Amino acid sequence: MWAEHDLSRLIACPTCDTLTVSDGVAEGMRLTCARCHRVLVSPRRHAVAVVLILAAASVGLAVGAAALPFLTFHRFGLTRETTLLGAVLRFEGALLVLSATVLALAILLPVARLLLTVWVLLPLVIGFKPWPGAARAFRLAEALRPWAMAEIFAVGAGVTLLKASDLARVDIGPAFWMLTGLVVLVWAQESILCRAGIWEALER
Amino acid sequence: MTTARAEGLVGCTRCARVWPGTTPVCGRCGARLESRPARPLRRVWGWWALGVAAYVPAMTWPMLETRVLLSSSAETAVGGAVALARYGEWLVALVILLASVAIPVAKFGAVALLALAVGSRSRGRAEARHRLHAAVEFIGRWSMVDVFVVALLASTVRFSWIATVRPGPAVLAFAVSVLCTMLAARALDPRLIWDLDEEPSPRVP
Repeated sequence: MWAEHDLSRLIACPTCDTLTVSDGVAEGMRLTCARCHRVLVSPRRHAVAVVLILAAASVGLAVGAAALPFLTFHRFGLTRETTLLGAVLRFEGALLVLSATVLALAILLPVARLLLTVWVLLPLVIGFKPWPGAARAFRLAEALRPWAMAEIFAVGAGVTLLKASDLARVDIGPAFWMLTGLVVLVWAQESILCRAGIWEALER
Repeated sequence: MTTARAEGLVGCTRCARVWPGTTPVCGRCGARLESRPARPLRRVWGWWALGVAAYVPAMTWPMLETRVLLSSSAETAVGGAVALARYGEWLVALVILLASVAIPVAKFGAVALLALAVGSRSRGRAEARHRLHAAVEFIGRWSMVDVFVVALLASTVRFSWIATVRPGPAVLAFAVSVLCTMLAARALDPRLIWDLDEEPSPRVP
C-alpha cells in the first residue's frame, strides 16, 4: 500500500491512468507516460517567467487585434475600415446569437484565459505566495483551453482576407499583424508551459 | 506498469495528483475525483445525438443569403460548393465539401465507434483507438473556422446597398453541431479506452 507522503511523488496520467514515479526531472528533459506517451513533466529554465511575459503581451495584442482596423476597403472611390470587433458585432435579430458565439469563442474566452494565466503566474515569478484562488484559476484556464479559439479565428480572418481581396482592393491594417502575432505567442506559451511544474509550485 | 485504479488509488484528471481511492475532491486543484465515471456513455451519446440532430438543418437550411438589387438567393453549404465547382473553382468547392461534410461526418463516425467499443467492452487496440480519440479532439475545434469565415465575410463584404450578404440560419445550426460534437468527444473519458486493454476489465454499465 502507498503511504500518504509517497503519493505526492506519483503522477497518474490523465489520459490512461498509468502511474509514474517522478523523483524530479532535470531542466530540458521530459518525462512521458510509458503507456500513452503523453508528456507529464517538461521543465524548462525560466519557463514560468517567459510564459508570464508572453501572456501579458498577448492580452495587449488581443485587445488591439479586436479594436484596431483589420482591413481597409477601396472601392468605387470609397474607403471603409473594418475592425474585427465591429465585424463580429454587426448582426441583429436572431443572428445576434452568432455575434455572441463568435465574440465569446474568438475574443472573450482567449482573453479570459490569458488573464487567469497572469493571475496564477505573476506571484510565482516575483516570489510571492500564490494569490487567492490560484489553483482554481489555473484549473479554469486549463478547462477553457479547447474553447479559446483565437488561432482558429485568425485562420478564418485570413481566409476572409483572401476572399475579400478578390472583390475589392484591400489594405491590411495593424490588427491583422497583431492577430498573427497573437497566434504565435499563444502557440509558444502552450509549448513552453510545464503544467506539472505550476501545480507543484501552487501546492508548496 | 500499473494504473491508479489497480493500486486502489485515484488520479486527478485535471492536475494528475494521486490520492487514496475514496478521496472525493482533489486537495491540490479542487477538481472532483472519480476513478471511473458511473455511467460513462450517457453524456457522450447525449451530446452526440444533439450534434447529429443539429447537423441536419446545418446542411438543409441556407448558409448564405445574397441579395442583389431586388432579387435574393439562398444557398446551402453543399449547393454553394456545387455552384462554385460549376464556375470552375474546384479547389474552393473541395475545401468547402471537406470542411462541411467529410470532416463532420467522420467525427460523428469516430465518436460513435469509440463509444460503441467502450460500451461493448471490445478488447484491445487501445493505442489505435487512443489515436483516433486524440485526432477527433484536435480536429473538432477547427470546424469552427467555417462559422468564423461566414460571419466575417458577411459583415466585411458589404460595399453598397446594391448587394448584401447575410449568414443564413444554417450557420448557427452548424456551430451548435460542432460544439456538441466537441462536448461528446470530451465526455468520453480516455481512461476507459485504455481500460479495454486490461485483463479482466470491471463491468462498465
